[in-house]
Amino acid sequence: MMAPVLGWVHGVKGENLATTDDSQSLASLFAGRESDILASWVSTLNVGEIRMTRQEAESQGRAVLDALAKAVAHGNSSDMRGAEYADVRDVLQGFSRTRALQGFSPTETATFVLSLKRPLFEQVRKTTKSEHAFDRLSSISELIDRLGLFSVETYQKTREELIARQGKEIEELSTPVVKLWEGIVALPLIGTLDSGRTQVVMQNLLETIVQTGAEIAILDITGVPMVDTLTAQHLLKTVSAARLMGADCIISGIRPQIAQTIVQLGVDLNVVSKATLADALALALRRTGRVVTKIKAHSSATSQQQPAETRG
Amino acid sequence: MDSIPILKIGSALLVTIQVDMHDQLATRLQDDLTEKIVLHRARGVLIDISALEIVDSFIGRMLANIANVSRLLDADTVVVGMRPEVAITLVELGLGLPGVKTALNAERGLALIGGVSAAGEAADDADDD
Repeated sequence: MMAPVLGWVHGVKGENLATTDDSQSLASLFAGRESDILASWVSTLNVGEIRMTRQEAESQGRAVLDALAKAVAHGNSSDMRGAEYADVRDVLQGFSRTRALQGFSPTETATFVLSLKRPLFEQVRKTTKSEHAFDRLSSISELIDRLGLFSVETYQKTREELIARQGKEIEELSTPVVKLWEGIVALPLIGTLDSGRTQVVMQNLLETIVQTGAEIAILDITGVPMVDTLTAQHLLKTVSAARLMGADCIISGIRPQIAQTIVQLGVDLNVVSKATLADALALALRRTGRVVTKIKAHSSATSQQQPAETRG
Repeated sequence: MDSIPILKIGSALLVTIQVDMHDQLATRLQDDLTEKIVLHRARGVLIDISALEIVDSFIGRMLANIANVSRLLDADTVVVGMRPEVAITLVELGLGLPGVKTALNAERGLALIGGVSAAGEAADDADDD
């Protein structure tokens, strides 16, 4: 039996008894037995539960075991942040990241790593005398737990990145400024208005006013699910800023429920408001000296609304 | 000490702020403008701040003051060409300038105070291009 002897030799050498002993014994545990460990790992894995195919489990398992065997062979069995573990981290990171992006659960991801414990424990039982068994088991257990935690952490990080990116995309998507007519722009607001988004919305609107020379801006809040005092304040700020630039604002799309809320909150919007975007557009056209009229139709079927310009 | 020129166009006074305003300059402008309104019996004051990049609460209050003084002397005040950043800053400072008329550019501003009738026509035409 090689391992205990080696452990003994290193043990008498230095102060750092526990670490050296552990890692040496761990290295000996892996040496030449990787295929055994892999086979028993894959067979203990409940591949249905963690939603992996057997081939996937085998190839991933081999990659993890190879990297791990190399890492412990360098004589470090506890500190996962060490340079020896760079390969292990890479493999686990790649695995966890892919699983996270594919929508697997954290349990399904971490179980794969944690289930390596059992095959390693079996190796300990086969190769170690009972007086050394406890130390070995506890160091293996600790190592595998760390690997599992690392895997979950990577999973979490990947998910957080995903959420942050989506949030940014939504922010960009939901604040378009639409030109409705010469001199009339509309800003369809969608989603909750917090101060961060109001800033983006305000800047977008004001820049568009400068670019297009619009004199009327319609703020459509049909897509705003809820208006509280803070939202109202943000709206008023936007209206105020647009007015300072020389553009009038009309607020449209106030739903019945929201109208009631605004009144009950005692918010004084003090802005021209219309129930629908259509009404607001009609008002804006009238203010810029235009009207929408029906052309005398040949037949009722083709009677489309054609805006005709007349000087007011 | 330098001062900001005040031009007379028809019955309107035109002020173009081209430099960064410091407080002394702002006070001087307020004084000059009040005198010129009386002197020329102006009916409108147009302040172009399109070159103004930095505003503080003092400048904001100056604009409001000029508007109030002009109203007393029976002249309309229009502030034109405010930059988006400036507008946001003023709103955040709580200076919505409620008594001041605003317009996007000088042409529309003139149309608003009816200073030069020809300019008003031109502004309307410019809308359609």
